[in-house]
Amino acid sequence: MSTAITAPAAVAANTPYERSAGFWTGVLRKLARDPVAIGAAIVLLLLVAMALFAPLLTPHDPYQASMLKRLKPIGFENYLLGTDELGRDMLSRLMVGARLSLFMGITPVLIAFVIGSGIGILAGYAGGLVNTLIMRTIDVLYAFPSVLLAIALSGALGAGIGNALLSLTIVFIPPIARVAESVTTQVRSRDYVEAARASGAEAFTIVRVHVLGNVLGPIFVYSTSLIAVSMILASGLSFLGLGVKPPEPEWGLMLNTLRTAIYTQPWVAALPGLMIFITSISFNLLSDSLRSAMDVKN
Amino acid sequence: MSESHSNPTASPIVSVRDLRVTFTGGKKPVEAVNGVDLSVARGESVALIGESGSGKSVTLRSLLRLHPERRTRIDGRIDIAGHDVLALGSKALADYRGKVASMIFQEPLLALDPVYTVGAQIVESIRRHEAISKEDARKRALELFERVRIPSPERRLDAYPHEMSGGMRQRAMIALALACKPQVLLADEPTTALDATVQIQILLLLRELQRELGLAILFVTHDMGAAVEVADRFAVMYGGRIVEEGPTREVIRNPRHPYTLALMQARADGAMTKGARLASIPGSPPDLANLPVGCAFAERCAYAQPACLQTRPEAVAISPSHQVRCLRTDATVGAMDRNHDTAPDTLSPALAD
Repeated sequence: MSTAITAPAAVAANTPYERSAGFWTGVLRKLARDPVAIGAAIVLLLLVAMALFAPLLTPHDPYQASMLKRLKPIGFENYLLGTDELGRDMLSRLMVGARLSLFMGITPVLIAFVIGSGIGILAGYAGGLVNTLIMRTIDVLYAFPSVLLAIALSGALGAGIGNALLSLTIVFIPPIARVAESVTTQVRSRDYVEAARASGAEAFTIVRVHVLGNVLGPIFVYSTSLIAVSMILASGLSFLGLGVKPPEPEWGLMLNTLRTAIYTQPWVAALPGLMIFITSISFNLLSDSLRSAMDVKN
Repeated sequence: MSESHSNPTASPIVSVRDLRVTFTGGKKPVEAVNGVDLSVARGESVALIGESGSGKSVTLRSLLRLHPERRTRIDGRIDIAGHDVLALGSKALADYRGKVASMIFQEPLLALDPVYTVGAQIVESIRRHEAISKEDARKRALELFERVRIPSPERRLDAYPHEMSGGMRQRAMIALALACKPQVLLADEPTTALDATVQIQILLLLRELQRELGLAILFVTHDMGAAVEVADRFAVMYGGRIVEEGPTREVIRNPRHPYTLALMQARADGAMTKGARLASIPGSPPDLANLPVGCAFAERCAYAQPACLQTRPEAVAISPSHQVRCLRTDATVGAMDRNHDTAPDTLSPALAD
């Protein structure tokens, strides 16, 4: 080893170098190369656009019932997707229903993301007794299956959108807090956290800069995968009459009210379920792609 | 007892007295360091050498109090540049870390935060200790990058750690450690994770910085070759104690502790001839949760006598600046020359300048 005394700069100098585009730009670039991610993103964008512009796009009034045109098949007259049990236009109702369904899918997860991350990061960074206290409390909630917990909470709080949102939020806090805690525990023992301490960073700075910076990505990815679950649970609550009330169009509720028509108009009755399926699978696929795109080691 | 003999006129900037570090987290307390005395003068570099579990890294981390407070007991006294380190409150400790003494880690890829550019990390570190604007901090970061000789420093500031090569990352790590103009630089195996050609560059850079900035460097390594390149003085650790300490040349030419001797003979380069067996030290390091009464090395020592198992040896002065904790220093006189025909001063041509 003693013979190789070269000018230190010489070896490293000639490597081609590209100005680094931030972390998120890199993630986006990787996503753009993933056909599954692009497909899922396009579907979701269309759904969101449809929800936003529903009042402008609907061919019929989604609340206008007609006793004469009940349960018509797909393609009947100018009802592109048929009519429901009260003769209302399915297409219009599915479009308007996207608003509430997406809202019920995303909002609880968003709130739970903020609260759950906070709890999990606190538990993970504090460690010791604080961690035990917080995480065992979380485990109590975690012990119930999410569907049961959502139904029980909603039932106890009473029907209504607000209560459904609240109960879904409570359902999603424990899993998010758990992921946040485990990621934080990992990050806490990393060398760069010790290096930050060695250069004089105090606990608050370490959490704000190094823990948050490294932890939010994975928690976010996990949370996006919960949106699909949230939509299905919200639909389930509406199906049971605990969430959205009729005549408000919402996919879960529509599935419920149409279930009696499953033998007379099976295709029409299945449409709200199909919408839920398409939306949730798109969210799942996108979050999967996001997960692999954010993996720096690749 | 171990004053800075190499330069008696300078008062030591790092002074460690009877340092004892005990980890109390497990079932049995682990005495990782027991009774280390060490001093480093201004502008001097000292290498702490030893195998895994000898307590060298633990000693180094104690100087910044990086061990988890709840599970560690530190006794003794550490004075660094006028700071009584063990008595500092949390605010004073944060001010001291990075500003008075800072640290380079073994694996720069792990020690740099992957989600921020290296420039941002240096700026953040500077602004933690000094109230200056982002622009000024960035200028300082740029100067630091030039100082550690990172090519095209302006653009490299905006690079993420994973976009740099290993040697470049370690340079960036050094720049980060120097961000707040510390007086003492602690290095934990700074070259172990690098390949051989890059190692020597980093070592030369460290020595250059030591000379130009008047830094005191305390660095931990198990690589004798690396230590020789940078260190003015060697301190060899075994079983949580310093067993031999002295000026680099003296220690490598005339190692008097059997452990140092065995380390010198176990080096792969130099003494290797085809077909010759590589010397190794039999046995394994002592269990720090259960240290023997006598000399910790006695069980593995070729020169051990019954007395070695009974008494913990005190420091014996070989020369005013060279001390050994061994009962059998009489037996190791000239042992290096007897066992090997290699002259130890061919260890490194870089030492000659």
